[in-house]
Order: sequence, then structure tokens, then C-alpha cells
Amino acid sequence: MSITTAAHDPSGPSGHLPSFAREARLRLAEWQLALPLSLAFAALFLAPLLLLVATSFFNDDKITQPGFASWAKFFGDPFNYKVIFDTLLLGLKTVCATVVVGYPLALVYMDLSPRLQKVLLFIIVMPMLLSVVVRTFAWIVVLGREGVVNQTLLWLGLISEPLRLLQTELGLVISLTQIEMPLMLLPLISVMSRLDPNLRDASAALGASRWRTLFTVIVPLSMPGLVAGCLLVFASSTTAFISQTVIGGVRLIYLPLLIWQQSLVVYNWPLAAVASLSLVVSVLTVIAALSYLGRRSSRHLHG
Amino acid sequence: MGRRQSFLDLSYSLVIGGIAILAVLIIVSPVVIALMISFTEGRSLKFPPTGFSFGWYEQLFDPTKSRQIHRAAGNSLEVAALSTLIGVVLATLAALGLARNRARAARVADNFFMSPLVLPGITFGLAALVYFSTLGFRPSLNLMIAGHLIVTMPFILRTTTASLSQLDPALLDSSQSLGASWFYTLRRVTLPLIFPGIAAGAFLAFMASIDNVPVSLFLSNARTDTLPIRMWGMMESTLDVRVAAVSGVLIAAAFVLMLIMEWTVGLTRRMRD
Repeated sequence: MSITTAAHDPSGPSGHLPSFAREARLRLAEWQLALPLSLAFAALFLAPLLLLVATSFFNDDKITQPGFASWAKFFGDPFNYKVIFDTLLLGLKTVCATVVVGYPLALVYMDLSPRLQKVLLFIIVMPMLLSVVVRTFAWIVVLGREGVVNQTLLWLGLISEPLRLLQTELGLVISLTQIEMPLMLLPLISVMSRLDPNLRDASAALGASRWRTLFTVIVPLSMPGLVAGCLLVFASSTTAFISQTVIGGVRLIYLPLLIWQQSLVVYNWPLAAVASLSLVVSVLTVIAALSYLGRRSSRHLHG
Repeated sequence: MGRRQSFLDLSYSLVIGGIAILAVLIIVSPVVIALMISFTEGRSLKFPPTGFSFGWYEQLFDPTKSRQIHRAAGNSLEVAALSTLIGVVLATLAALGLARNRARAARVADNFFMSPLVLPGITFGLAALVYFSTLGFRPSLNLMIAGHLIVTMPFILRTTTASLSQLDPALLDSSQSLGASWFYTLRRVTLPLIFPGIAAGAFLAFMASIDNVPVSLFLSNARTDTLPIRMWGMMESTLDVRVAAVSGVLIAAAFVLMLIMEWTVGLTRRMRD
């Protein structure tokens, strides 16, 4: 008698089931917990995206005649190719700038005491929680005609006329470098703080300079973080609508502005749908290529 | 050889250290400068600022002059609070269901739920606009809550899943072998242990909603616009320096909130790992 009760769970209605059946029932119940979110995503995420794809296959802005005319119109215009190219180029330039400026900071982070690491991490994360609009506004103040950069350069006598920095690609890339920097630094620091410090000591003990250690030991080992950072910065900067319109102005046209104009100014939804699907496809293509290169380089390292 | 080596190491320290200092300057200085500008009395964004004044803040807090800004701020808070609340419930349930499931379908579902983070926001914003207007909905705060839910929920799912996978399964086993029901274990063991993860995710989701532009841009109209959309309008037309005062308030709020989250749930550690 005592043996049979011991084999059963003493509590709850499930206590009378054999344990494997209870296990299976629990699995099923756990699965079902994801149902509400699945339903929400089906209705509010998947369905809108499918409808967007469907909308792109209509010829007119009243969405009555199905056809391929919107695609033909969008890709028949050389101007749109330039916009796509400029958008991807802006992303690549921002990625390069965040790597050049951010990577050394991640290196320095590794050498800091835990206390200073905490402070630096706080400084890095803080702007991320600050509205993009606020960060964009800050750059207007910095780069404007009477802004900090121009005033300093004038005061130093390096220039005699204020430089035009707003509404130029240079100004936009500088701003995006700061705005997207946390996205580069967080994955980098995450990977680097897991690196074995003995590797650097071993490299130094074997007579390698710190530069050599950097390029032959640290950079290859931090590749996963670097690639992840590049992907995030690229995806974010190519679609940074606010910064692109406010700092880039109306003369620099990137895909997000084009999508906004077509959908909310011209009200040509099929064309806006084509433009936004082109944005998705071109950004995801570059991201896939980058992560393929990243995987290949880390395989090369471990193979 | 030795001298060459030390020269190389010195150049390493100078170059890497120099760029790192530049990086910190680039990250911090715009925020500090924007804060300084918000306390000036001038009408333009001149640097160095001339004269100290709370003028822009007085204008910002004036209930009649800045009524639209106040309404936009109220909309932002309402949308962020409700979408985060719904997101916490849905994401925690889903994380409980999926985090320990090794099945392929569970991984696919997890990736699907995270995909709004990769998809360009403006594409989802346009898709939501087309979808809701096809269904015959007019722009409203409810639509915005639905849209924000999709793009901010992944933050909660990520941190909650992470804290669930760090949970020691032995704790759950011992709770159950001591006779606790599944629900009792959830309430008394699992939830208290993963609460910091949920809270960190909820905080990130809330901030992402407050900051969201691409979804609000398409789902709001003049009456339901959010703070970032209104600020964008103020910067695009005539550069209204009240933007500086709004920025000042947001900077202070983000700073205080981050300190609180750092002390309570160790936010930065969770973002790093």
C-alpha cells in the first residue's frame, strides 16, 4: 500500500495519472501558453505584411486593378535605383564609422576595472534609452551654422565661413555614428568580455606587439560580436527616418522618405508598398551577405 | 628590437586610447550640449549659449500655449503603458511555453516573434496602415497600442526567455516533488525568480514605445499623435526651441529611470549579456 501511494503524486487532480501521461499533458499545456501571442502576431503582424505584399500588385492608387504596373513603374525609374543605392551606402558608411570609433572603446572597456566598466556601460546604454528625436535634435545644435563645431573651428581660425554640415551626407553619417553606436558596442562588449585574458598575455609573452595581438588574436575572436553589431547598425541606420529627414533634409532622399512621401503625401499605396518591400529585400540581402561573411571568417578561424 | 616594441606599444596606447576618448565624447557631448541649450534665453540655437533662463521650460509647462505637446505626451504615455502591459502578459506566457521547449517548431516560433526587431519599422508601419484602413478602422490610440505591441514585445520576450533559461530546473523539480501544483510552482518559484528579467524587458519595451516613430507615423492623426511625432513636426517646420525643453525633460527622465532600473534589476548587465 505504502509503495503504491509513493509512486503517485499526492496532490492535485493530475496526481492520479501515470507520470509519463502527466508529463505529456504538461508539455501540451506549456505549448498552449504561446497561443495568445501567436494569435496576436497572426492578426497584427503576419496579416498586415501579407496584405502589404498583395497591395503592391495593384496598378492604381485606388487599389482596384491587379497587375504588375507598380513594380514596373518603380523599377523603370533610374532615380529609384539611386535612392536604393544611396540608402545602402549610407548604412555601410555608418557601419564603418561606428566600427572605427566604437571598436577601440570596446578594447579599452576590457582593460578597465569592474567599477569603471559599470560606469562606461551606463554611458553607452544611456543614449540608447534617449529618444532618437532628442538625439537628432542634439545633433542639429552641434552641427548647425552657429553650432558647436562651426563656432569652435571659427574661434580656432581654421575656417573663415561656417561650414555647411546639416543637410549633407557627412553630417548625417556623423550623427548616425553617435545615434547607432550603442547597437555596435553592446554585442562587441558582450563577446569581448568573454574572451580569455590569458590569450593576450600569451601573445605578449611570445613577443607579439599589442598591434599584432589586436589583429591576429582579438579581432578574429571578437568577430561574432563585430558582425552582430554591424548588422544591427546597418539595419537601423538605413531605416532611420527621423535622422534622415531632419539632418539630411529634403535634398538627400533615402528609401524611408520615399515610402513616407508615396504613402502619406501622394497616397499611392501600391507604389509605397513596392518601395517598402524593396527596402526590406535590399536591407535583408546585405544583412544576409554580411552574416555569411562573418560566419565564413569565424569558420576559417576555427577550421 | 626592444625599443621598437615599446614604440609600437606606445603608439597602440595613444591611437586606441585617443579614439576611445573621442568615442566617449561623441556619445556624451551632444546630450550635454542639448541640455545646456535648453536653459538659454535666446531664440536660436547659438553656441556658446547666451544667458541662463528657464524660459523654454516655462513655455513648455504653460497649459494653454503647449496644450498640443501635453496631449501628445499623454498619448505617448498611454500607448506605452498599455502596449507594455499587454506585451508583458503575452510575452511571459509565450516564454513559459517556449523557453524550455527544444522542439524545432518552438525555435521557429521564437524567431518569428523576434522578427519585428529586424524588419524595417517603416515597412511594418505602412503594412499596419494599409491593413487597418482596409478593415475600415479610423486612426485611434487603440490601433497604435496594437502596432506598438508588435514592435516592443520582442524586448520582453528576449529578457524573459533569457532569465528562464538561466533558471535551475532542479528548483522546479523539487517544488513539484514536494507536492506543489504546476500553477503553485509558477506563482511561488518561477515568477519571482524571472521577475527581474520581465521587469528589464518591460522597461526596454516601454522606452521603445515612447521612442517609436515608424509605427506612430502611420497610425496617428493630428489628434492622436505621440510626443516624438509632434517633436519631429516642430523640428521640421520652424525650429521651435521648445524642442530643447522637451528634450531636457526626456533626458532627465531617461537618466532617472535608468538609475532606478540599474539598481533594482541590473539593467545594463542584462543588455550586455
